Amino acid sequence: MLTWIDERLGLADWARAGLRKVFPDHWSFLLGEVALFCLVVLVLTGVFLTLFYVPDATTVTYSGPWLPLRGQTVSAAYDSVMRLSFEVRAGLVMRQIHHWAALVFVAAIVVHLLRIFFTGAFRRPREINWLIGIGLLLLALAMGITGYSLPDDLLSGTGLRVIYSVVIAIPFIGPYLAFLVFGGEFPTSEIISRLFVFHVMLLPALLIGGVLVHLAILVRQKHSQYAVPRATEHNVVGRAFWPSQAFKSTGLAILTAAVLALMGGLVQINPIWSYGPFDATTVSSPAQPDWYVGWLDGALRLFPPIEITALGVTIPSPFIPGVLLPGIAFGIMTLWPFLEAWVTGEHAEHQILDGPRQRPLRTAFGVAGLLVFVILTLAGGNDVVALIFGVPVEAMTNILRVAIVVVPLLGFGLTYRVCTEMRDARAGIGHPRMVRLRRTSAGGFEEDDPD
Amino acid sequence: MTAPRAVALALAISILGSLALVAIYVFGGSIQLQGIGLALALGGLGTAIVIWAVGLIEAPIEVEERHSFAAQEREASIAEGAADGEQISRRRFLSRLLAGAGAILTAALVLPAFSLGPQPGTDLFRTAWRRGMRLVDAGNQPLRPDDIVLDSVTTVFPEGFVGRPDTQTLLIKVRPSDLALPSGRDAWAPEGCIAYSKVCTHAGCPVGLYRAREHLLLCPCHQSTFDVLRGATPIFGPAARPLPQLPMEVDPEGYLVALGDFPEPIGPGFWDMTHIPADGG
Ligand code: FES
Repeated sequence: MLTWIDERLGLADWARAGLRKVFPDHWSFLLGEVALFCLVVLVLTGVFLTLFYVPDATTVTYSGPWLPLRGQTVSAAYDSVMRLSFEVRAGLVMRQIHHWAALVFVAAIVVHLLRIFFTGAFRRPREINWLIGIGLLLLALAMGITGYSLPDDLLSGTGLRVIYSVVIAIPFIGPYLAFLVFGGEFPTSEIISRLFVFHVMLLPALLIGGVLVHLAILVRQKHSQYAVPRATEHNVVGRAFWPSQAFKSTGLAILTAAVLALMGGLVQINPIWSYGPFDATTVSSPAQPDWYVGWLDGALRLFPPIEITALGVTIPSPFIPGVLLPGIAFGIMTLWPFLEAWVTGEHAEHQILDGPRQRPLRTAFGVAGLLVFVILTLAGGNDVVALIFGVPVEAMTNILRVAIVVVPLLGFGLTYRVCTEMRDARAGIGHPRMVRLRRTSAGGFEEDDPD
Repeated sequence: MTAPRAVALALAISILGSLALVAIYVFGGSIQLQGIGLALALGGLGTAIVIWAVGLIEAPIEVEERHSFAAQEREASIAEGAADGEQISRRRFLSRLLAGAGAILTAALVLPAFSLGPQPGTDLFRTAWRRGMRLVDAGNQPLRPDDIVLDSVTTVFPEGFVGRPDTQTLLIKVRPSDLALPSGRDAWAPEGCIAYSKVCTHAGCPVGLYRAREHLLLCPCHQSTFDVLRGATPIFGPAARPLPQLPMEVDPEGYLVALGDFPEPIGPGFWDMTHIPADGG
């Protein structure tokens, strides 16, 4: 049978080479795989959800089994998600697995990105895959935001409203852009069906296409590797895809799905019945978005109340935290490989990865960026954080306003210091080093290398 | 006609077709014209490329061996090509024309994206509030100052526009002696009834919470806090502009009515928000 196929397609050599492909054996190379497997789970559960979801803002009267909402006017979209959650067998578990998978998907991408960043895996020749990776991250975020908004509940509606306000804060073209995207002044009845088209057609097509290119480039360039024994700039040391890596990856895929199933079954997420349907004149509180947009909400909360009008032009207060900040953040991320090469003057190919301590500046910069993200995320839940610490929200906000400036700077300095010391200690600079000497058979002495 | 002329002509037709498409989209036109324009744009481009392939590319016939996959080998053949200077400059001209035709066609094809939404026009500057409109609650009941409980807050709309998001307004009753409104607005708060837009000036959330004891309005989204007694000036949080105040009076039947629209744009800011377009409304 296999011979029969091979005589017609001639794939055996190609497959044999593929099966022999060497994978470095390190857990951190599996982070991207986790993201990939989440994507598979997302597609499978997503197809199921699509069969029941109705992308329609027309209002209907809710008459399902959830008593508190009986008789209320809701949109057909909200109604269909309620039906999916309460009346479709296995509907709720699919929805919750889908939502958890989305959160883990973005998380896996981000952790994968951090691994790439801190080990310098983005350097020549891998700049193209870094750029594609950033594009995939942005697509994943867009998928998350569009999907989150589809149920047309009060919480996600509030999120959409803030997004609309950020869009109109874009210099001059903002209102035009917002009217094109939303179909008019927020809230509009068009937006739900548009989000649906983006969420189930355009974005997934781009995302899956991008992932395929990402993987094709990875195979073509072969993996980078840590400085393990026998590793050089001209080889890959590890285990062959078949059987060890294939088994590991299959196992990882199924385990990822298992964990997502467990979360979907046991941990409630996005209970839209307790948020209620979207209503333009009310707002739910506290409003917590999904984890990966919390930092932007936090930036909006922390930014001081400044709205300058000069020369007939107003700079709306959400502009700096909502437009400029993410623009700069993603801009630096996108250009990092080129910025680093330009600053350090290093343009050589690198197949062997750095340890974070070997590059104090890069590591310190990464840590500072992470701290900005963490503090802004905390600020996104400043009411909750204030409640936990028992301080007034106002005080919490002021503390965080100071922290967002001070903590990343401290983190930068500290990381830089620690990394340089560790690096120098390794290299034996600046510190007296204990050395064990050994008498050689010839009568001289030589250093006994502890490594 | 020589092949290069034919290619140039076809590309010119394509460009004219694309320009016509743009014009039809901007000024309006029938479906037949749209179809014909698109057919010319695409047809010209396609014809040009086909003529190019047949008449301008000298491609020798090549032979590629077929291998059984049982014994795989590779063979590459390199085609030869020679071109003189005149051919090169002609080809460069045609290439540029081709790129231009492609770009204009792309622009013409992207244009329908503008069908997705209306122009903002005055939408962000005006709401449906007009002089003489009664303030009604969500149940469509008009309100008299005496009906309103001291320190209570009601969400009101212009009569006939209940539920219209940009008209949502907060009606609050305070002791008139406590009020310290910006100058010129004292008459806007009959009997201590005062009305502010409910749309937050930060990012547009409905300002949903009222702390009656301190006379503070709170936006739950990012905790902007507005001082009701002082014209809803922001005193905490990221909002930088006061909530616009609705000018009000009491009509002869004793009901609260608007004196006009909000004096400024409501809700979140945008770059040219001070350039209110003239609309006669
Ligand atoms: S929308 Fe009201 S504080 Fe941000």
